[in-house]
Amino acid sequence: MTAPSVLMPLPVLIPMIGAALTMFAGRRPRLQRAIALAALCVVVAVCAALLYLTDRRGTLALHVGGWGQTESGMGPLGVTLVVDRLSALMLIVSSIVLLCVVFYAIGQGIRDGDERQPVSIFLPTYLVLSAGVCMAFLAGDLFNLFVGFEVLLSASFVLLTIGASKDRVRAGIAYVMVSMVSSMVFLFGIALVYAATGTLNLAELAVRLDGVSAGTRTAMFAVLLVAFGIKAAVFPLSTWLPDSYPTAPAPVTAVFAGLLTKVGVYAIIRTHSLLFPSGGLDPLLLVAALLTMLVGILGAIAQSDIKRLLSFTLVSHIGYMVFGIALSSQLGMSGAIYYVAHHIVVQTTLFLVVGLIERQAGASTMQRLGGLAAASPLLAFLFVVPALNLGGIPPFSGFIGKVALLEAGAQNGSVLAWLLVGGSVLTSLLTLYVIVRVWTKAFWRSREHAPEGHLAGATPLALLDESEDTQFVDRDQVGRMPIGMVVPTAALIAVGLTLTVMAGPIFRYAERAAEQVLDRGTYISAVLGGGQ
Amino acid sequence: MTTYLVPLILIGALTSAGVYLLLERNMTRMLLGLLLIGNAINLLILTVGSPSGNPPIRGRTSDGDTTTADPLAQGMILTAIVISMGIAAFVLALAYRSYRLTTEEEVTDDPEDARVSKLSADEAAALDVDRLRPESARDTDLPDELDALPGMEGSR
Repeated sequence: MTAPSVLMPLPVLIPMIGAALTMFAGRRPRLQRAIALAALCVVVAVCAALLYLTDRRGTLALHVGGWGQTESGMGPLGVTLVVDRLSALMLIVSSIVLLCVVFYAIGQGIRDGDERQPVSIFLPTYLVLSAGVCMAFLAGDLFNLFVGFEVLLSASFVLLTIGASKDRVRAGIAYVMVSMVSSMVFLFGIALVYAATGTLNLAELAVRLDGVSAGTRTAMFAVLLVAFGIKAAVFPLSTWLPDSYPTAPAPVTAVFAGLLTKVGVYAIIRTHSLLFPSGGLDPLLLVAALLTMLVGILGAIAQSDIKRLLSFTLVSHIGYMVFGIALSSQLGMSGAIYYVAHHIVVQTTLFLVVGLIERQAGASTMQRLGGLAAASPLLAFLFVVPALNLGGIPPFSGFIGKVALLEAGAQNGSVLAWLLVGGSVLTSLLTLYVIVRVWTKAFWRSREHAPEGHLAGATPLALLDESEDTQFVDRDQVGRMPIGMVVPTAALIAVGLTLTVMAGPIFRYAERAAEQVLDRGTYISAVLGGGQ
Repeated sequence: MTTYLVPLILIGALTSAGVYLLLERNMTRMLLGLLLIGNAINLLILTVGSPSGNPPIRGRTSDGDTTTADPLAQGMILTAIVISMGIAAFVLALAYRSYRLTTEEEVTDDPEDARVSKLSADEAAALDVDRLRPESARDTDLPDELDALPGMEGSR
């Protein structure tokens, strides 16, 4: 038993055990909160240790249960968990985001929750979601990845429809159906891969797929790309996202926006680089990336509800990551990896801030908002830092990630790559336009100038969704922003700023991760034991 | 590896029926469509797994087969069946809730989507009130001429 073999299953095990314990503690909210917080704190520590170990010792693999042991080493017969630098980075960023968001949700529940809150369900489900996300990042075989997806999706169905109001049920139905179709397509892809190679272990697949004819390989990759494209919300498979995310409670939307689409992006990176490195579908991916960026951001311009607007920018910025992946170069992959980390943090922060706006001002649509900068300078500060970061203003991390991607595009030099460079710049400018629009409408103008500024939601609601409109002047005093909501938001902003200030070391880490991802040999020998 | 035609035709038929049902707006039919597609894929995994043979338990033989059947494909199918059963139960609960709320189980359009798509260019640009607003301080509790203006209906 070495340290890595003990640590590796923990990011899945601890949240799962935590979910069971919080279920038992359903009638004791304080105990439940303590368990959830403790579990996620431990996960952050474990992921930090894994990050350190992977960076020092290279890719780690664990054959759970020791199935398939032979004289030459471990064979890939059972469930395999693999951590390389990319997985470790995704794990640490996700676990920090998960911890901050659960802190926020607890803070919101303490302040605004009432006895009708479905808290006894919320925390266990949230922990199951955490386990599913970690499982997807740790998975060393295709079927385990599928199971990880299913675990996080089942949890997300419950979180999205929590309280089961009319709006949430409507959004939830569409979300469940689209997700299930994507899972079916994924399973179909798994069946095809299994038929062609007779294995599902990623490392063994990487070896055996080289012997499969190019046409068959492209067909399998295309099927898998459709499945991951739906999860990652790549145009034209992205239309479900802006309809379903905004209706959920603020912390749920935040964690969905930050993590769920990125799990899809991670799966695309893994399959693209490890299983199908020939790059046959790269032009298609580049075109999809361009359209994702442009269609997403044009959709954002049309919106007046800030949650929906941010959902559209989320779709749009997935395009940047796909752009970096599809370039198939070291620099492109480094840029994509850095951008994923940046985007998880920034997008989550923005949705948390919108939750604060909704609580303080009783609305999240620009038709009603106004005067927030004067009403709460702290809220304005909390909004403007991640917003400028998203817009890619130097020196923030969004700018650094975009510059790396643009450089990679220029390095590639093909017409399509230059088109994407142009599209990225345009999308970045339009993102800034959208952000400035929110800023001038919601923060700078007086609320009297908003078309429906006299209306507001009656009371702040934590997890439920039964808002009744009332006159803004008649609204109950909501008081100051709860400290339990401001602290996690500020902490995530600090993480975003760390990505900026520490950009040198972190980007070098992303470069090492990209190098490792593109070098299939290390992954294969770490799992199959050839090089030990 | 030999494959048999009948399961493949069955898989095709199940999938196409499933896709047809999935394109409906009625939730029960959509769920049935998903289940059909799920079964088609399970059958596909079974078909592509490996040829039939002895049960994958040490010491068991059947019909004098010389090879052993692939246990992995069966394991994956079992997992997929369990997952789709759980999700089907959730979808049924959701359909029932939707029926309770709206007395129908149709999947409706997104209202905010519909609103945004119907906006004209002028309306979409106009997030501000351009006209000068009357001073609300002058509005009294008594009925007066200000009450005729939009947004000022009723007394203060």
